[in-house]
Amino acid sequence: SSDLKHLVAPGDTITTDTGFMRGHGTYMEGEKLLASVAGAVERVNKLICVRALKTRYNGEVGDIVVGRITEVQQKRWKVETNSRLDSVLLLSAVNLPGGELRRRSAEDELAMRDYLQEGDLISAEVQAVFSDGALSMHTRSLKYGKLGQGVLVQVSPSLIKRRKTHFHTLPCGASIILGNNGFIWIYPTPEQTDRKS
Amino acid sequence: IEQGNTKALAVVYGPHEIRGSRSKALHDKAVINCQYSMATFSTAERKRRPHGDRRSSEMTLHLKQTFEAAILTQLYPRSQIDIYVQILQADGGNYCACVNAATLAIMDAGIPMRDYVCACSVGFIEDTPLADMSYVEEAAGGPQAALALLPKTEQIALLEMNSRLHEDHLERVIDAVSKACKDVYAVLDSVVREHLQEVSTLIAE
Repeated sequence: SSDLKHLVAPGDTITTDTGFMRGHGTYMEGEKLLASVAGAVERVNKLICVRALKTRYNGEVGDIVVGRITEVQQKRWKVETNSRLDSVLLLSAVNLPGGELRRRSAEDELAMRDYLQEGDLISAEVQAVFSDGALSMHTRSLKYGKLGQGVLVQVSPSLIKRRKTHFHTLPCGASIILGNNGFIWIYPTPEQTDRKS
Repeated sequence: IEQGNTKALAVVYGPHEIRGSRSKALHDKAVINCQYSMATFSTAERKRRPHGDRRSSEMTLHLKQTFEAAILTQLYPRSQIDIYVQILQADGGNYCACVNAATLAIMDAGIPMRDYVCACSVGFIEDTPLADMSYVEEAAGGPQAALALLPKTEQIALLEMNSRLHEDHLERVIDAVSKACKDVYAVLDSVVREHLQEVSTLIAE
């Protein structure tokens, strides 16, 4: 059962009680706690925050994201992931095409563009969050990496719920990756080849 | 947003990584990038240059100053927020319609703001303050001012006047335009709350 949500707009006073801690979407003005975004008030014990309907993506460690390469820099790629700062994909965090585990050399740096170029789409997992909010990602698994043929759908990140798996196969022959950042990738299910372990 | 016959369209992007020159990045707050343009078909005579002329640059700067005062930019260091406003039909109060439209767009984008920013223009003709004038009334001459107000705390974000007004009349003029801004606030607020109600019932978990 959903009780009536307390909906606020910027400038509304949420409470004058000073015992609460202020979370996202609020700010203090003197003694009063005011809302700074339009949304629903969420209260967890002593923490009050206001969740807006649409936000930029705020990364958490372990999230699956779908992003687009915007820049190729010295030892890393900059990836656009619908967040307030571009995310970073370090060269040491990708599986090299050859597949071997070795130190990244100068030749690898020069060959970065052959692997991922500006405009490519990748799926990756968030490894860490920098102090300024930028995400550090990795593609150290066979299920992540450059994406091939398919369709990208962009929705607001607030609509994607966090679940155990974000990779699904639909019965109609398509597969889907639900990125936590609101980018959804739909692609044809690759033919399964039999593999004996 | 439509204020009488004046129609303004506002689009907000961001906050996102600074595009273009990295040197413009501020280490402690977000950069607000505004652009004000008028569609060529917005005025009675077809406008030759939609943006780049002096009036547009001045409006752009005013908009930037207004929203730098209202948006909590210190939450987004080294990011950029883009606000693009276009006038589709100009019938007086262009700047004010832009501010009101941009306020709603920023709220929709989920960017934190101190309060709504409501703006209204005012004139003083025959010893009477006239709020929200149309193009014909503005062209008649006489002193004019535009006020952008944060309604809850009655703080002024921007007050612009480019004519002469005797200081004895100033208080009455400011009172009239503040009241008009608060009326605009009532309209915007009701729309926002209605939208919030509708969407929260749709995404009820």
